Amino acid sequence: MTTDDGKYDEYGGRYVPETLMNAVIELDEAYHRYIRDPEFLRELDDLNHKYTGRPSMLYYADRMTRDLGGAKIYLKREDLNHTGAHKINNVIGQCLLAKRMGKTRVIAETGAGQHGVATATLSAYLGLECEVFMGVHDVERQALNVYRMELLGAKVHPVSSGTGVLKDAVNETLREWTNRVSDTHYVIGTVMGPAPFPEMVCEFQSVIGREVRKQIMEAEGRLPDCLVACVGGGSNAIGLFHEFIEDKGVRMVGCEAGGKGVDTDMHAATMTRGSVGIFHGMKSLFCQNEYGQIAPVYSISAGLDYPGIGPEHAYLKAMDRAEYVAITDDQAVDAFEYLSRTEGIIPAIESAHAIAYARELAPTMSKDDVIVVNLSGRGDKDVAAIARYRGRDIHE
Amino acid sequence: MNDHSNDLGRVFSRRAFIPFVTCGDPDIETTEALIRAMADAGADLIELGIPFSDPIAEGPVIQGADVRALSGGVTTDDIFDMAERIRRDLDIPMLVMTYINPVFVYGPDRFLDRCERAGICALIVPDAPFEHKSDLQTYCTRHGVKLISMIAPTSEDRIAMIASEAEGFLYVVSSMGVTGVRKSFSNNLEEMVATVRKYTDIPCAVGFGISTPAQARDITEFADGAIVGSAIVRIIGEHGRDSVPYVAEYVGAMRAELDR
Repeated sequence: MTTDDGKYDEYGGRYVPETLMNAVIELDEAYHRYIRDPEFLRELDDLNHKYTGRPSMLYYADRMTRDLGGAKIYLKREDLNHTGAHKINNVIGQCLLAKRMGKTRVIAETGAGQHGVATATLSAYLGLECEVFMGVHDVERQALNVYRMELLGAKVHPVSSGTGVLKDAVNETLREWTNRVSDTHYVIGTVMGPAPFPEMVCEFQSVIGREVRKQIMEAEGRLPDCLVACVGGGSNAIGLFHEFIEDKGVRMVGCEAGGKGVDTDMHAATMTRGSVGIFHGMKSLFCQNEYGQIAPVYSISAGLDYPGIGPEHAYLKAMDRAEYVAITDDQAVDAFEYLSRTEGIIPAIESAHAIAYARELAPTMSKDDVIVVNLSGRGDKDVAAIARYRGRDIHE
Repeated sequence: MNDHSNDLGRVFSRRAFIPFVTCGDPDIETTEALIRAMADAGADLIELGIPFSDPIAEGPVIQGADVRALSGGVTTDDIFDMAERIRRDLDIPMLVMTYINPVFVYGPDRFLDRCERAGICALIVPDAPFEHKSDLQTYCTRHGVKLISMIAPTSEDRIAMIASEAEGFLYVVSSMGVTGVRKSFSNNLEEMVATVRKYTDIPCAVGFGISTPAQARDITEFADGAIVGSAIVRIIGEHGRDSVPYVAEYVGAMRAELDR
């Protein structure tokens, strides 16, 4: 889908300061070389299996299906991966690549902390120096993940500039990269940033969709009717969708953070409320004002609290190939509790946005239809925050 | 027609001093007074920064100025209005520095048209590298505004490509990292400038980290101009609406040292 210059039609590109251009070009060349290198791919597959525990299960949610009385619901269990989310798929790929490129240090941004934890984990395993940038607000929301990263040997830098959330962490990590680029790789956590990041992260996450195709053929003998995934930057959604883009009969729905409602100014609904802009290295859709100032965004979910979206999603939306819906905090918290009680699975609050949409969708479909929901992460990290949302003053 | 499109020709007739100001910090009236005072104190070219919510090439000092300016409510339109006011009675060369998104969302043609009407001679966009020049070049050319290219310590094999197509002057980034006051610069800075000169005859101005008159003097031994941002923005941050005489004094000291 991408052209040689890493663009998705009008979206994408490589809008970074000159200081970073050679690093990004070097990465582009290394990525395109190693992604065809059988030995690199063998190492990647090997770690995906031995370390992460792939393939992840495609779980038939029998109780949820019966309760909703419509389409069959399958959950892709990325929550069962080592480190508890899909983030590790991308991190393994990028850290192996960083090693091949002779980099000894990795830096990363994190929102909910899942990408930071995954990067710290692989850094421990591969012997890389690791520094993670995290908005001060998220450091408070996800204190346990901060300690987890430190336990794994990473240095965590709270970012107080701007609004102190995910986009500010990205800004600060980009700044740090311009400061020290020769020995350092920036492990971007989602399908955003300058080319080749969106394409590369998509490739490393597409293991999800490739497995789903095989698993659903085994279970149902046919492709699913609809794929559902949450979107912040959009990596777990692209990981599920990308493999099925050419299968026109497969509907794809991304669920973004509607926060307190898309008619308020407290949301992160880029697809519903955003417009075309150029930021964080790429042309895509962003929440912004008429002067191109990036808007502060909000979500109960630190992982979806981002004012932009990966360029491939902007492209899929423009082509009408994928649909995007906004899910409010209330709906997501209800879904968080619903899945916990119905299936005995506590989803990440990010993934709960996808569960919330599946709850609406399934009853409108027939019993022969099949929905696959990407359960992108587990909810252990969110338990205290949800308790507080429900008025119970629990702290980790 | 842009009456100031050839302003850069006179900027570099002496060791050029190029101060930067974040427009709207703390308010647009202060910015206007600062620009007039800097012109009077001997600035050769003034860089008008249009603040951006997420300035990834800036260190904490200019980030702080951007936050102050935007929370004060300044807009791109306010800044062009101010530049037009200055143009009515002042001949000082001015350029605009901002990020690609404020230009793109405003509409590049409309943005460059406003530059033309305010007699802005050049545009610097740090997150639009050589490969994306075509996003802006047509509009810059149409409106008589030079699109300034940047060279960084990591540019190496890219210098030939960038320099041979550059116009106006080359902005040579002194060091790795973001803007902010520094004690020392990349140890191959002089060599970088020498490499650039192999591919172009246009002037080279050095920016990022320069704060003292002695540093500006040293750099203009081999470069054509010194760009100073954070050191000035820091004075403005400290004194706010009362910063004009302090900034004028600073610019005067720079001028004196460069003319020595």
